[in-house]
Amino acid sequence: MSALIDNAGYIYGAYAITFAVVGSFAWRAIRHGHRLGEEIDDADKYWT
Amino acid sequence: MTTTSDTLTDAPAPARRRGTGTPATRALGIATIVAMGWLVAFGLGFSPADRDQEEAVRILYVHVPTVWLAYLAFVVAALCSGLYLFTKKHSLGFDRVAGASAEIGVVFMALTLVSGMLWGRITWGVFWQWDARLTTTAFLFVTYVGYLAVRNLGGSHRQRARRSAVIGLLAVVEIPLVHFSVEMWRSLHQEASVANPTGGTKMDGLMLFSLFVGVVAFTLLYVWLLLHRTRGMAMQDLIEDRGLDSALADRRSEGAMS
Repeated sequence: MSALIDNAGYIYGAYAITFAVVGSFAWRAIRHGHRLGEEIDDADKYWT
Repeated sequence: MTTTSDTLTDAPAPARRRGTGTPATRALGIATIVAMGWLVAFGLGFSPADRDQEEAVRILYVHVPTVWLAYLAFVVAALCSGLYLFTKKHSLGFDRVAGASAEIGVVFMALTLVSGMLWGRITWGVFWQWDARLTTTAFLFVTYVGYLAVRNLGGSHRQRARRSAVIGLLAVVEIPLVHFSVEMWRSLHQEASVANPTGGTKMDGLMLFSLFVGVVAFTLLYVWLLLHRTRGMAMQDLIEDRGLDSALADRRSEGAMS
């Protein structure tokens, strides 16, 4: 348990950085998609 | 007499234009969030400490899945690059999947390096060593950053697709070098605990399950991101094509008037 307390910053930091980065990337992908989607008719989107 | 509110009510509502989401991607996104929750629960909670690495082993439940998914993303990018170059149709769809996959791979590879540095600080006492595995991984990361830079050099979509496909096919050769670097050279980095050269798996059952949860979570995330980014790139290309068509039409009309 003391090892967890000693290294908590590195261990929780690894998870925090990972989730922060993938969360930001995912958020950016969605926002970018919404912005571009506004300029194009749904008929021209092969996934709709 | 028509009031302003009547006019507003009668006017046809502008059609809502969609982004890159569909019901399927929404379901996939929810599954990804749930799987990530399980990863945190198992990685930081249920999984036991390792005999040798103690609590530092918990970092490996994000470190290992991100590097495996980065490899997968780069292999997908190479496959799609090959399909673009060597099929008769030369579909730009393959190029966009390759570009989106490489982009996600770069993000995952960056996370691998950062989580590996944090693990190294606990285990080795330093964030970085110019060790064979670390150096080749950093080189792979820089190579794919270069691939993304080349994609943004400009030119037509066909030119972009052709030059990036060639790089995509060349860069993927580095993956075996990175993966087997711990066996080819003397390395600080540990050898594979799963599917190692002796064919065995040297992990406790609950630890292996935690790693499996991590792999599932990051695989779902990869597929979800790939769908969104590929669709985003398709829209970006369409908008650029329209801009070019419009510029050409303007130029022709100017020529006709003069």
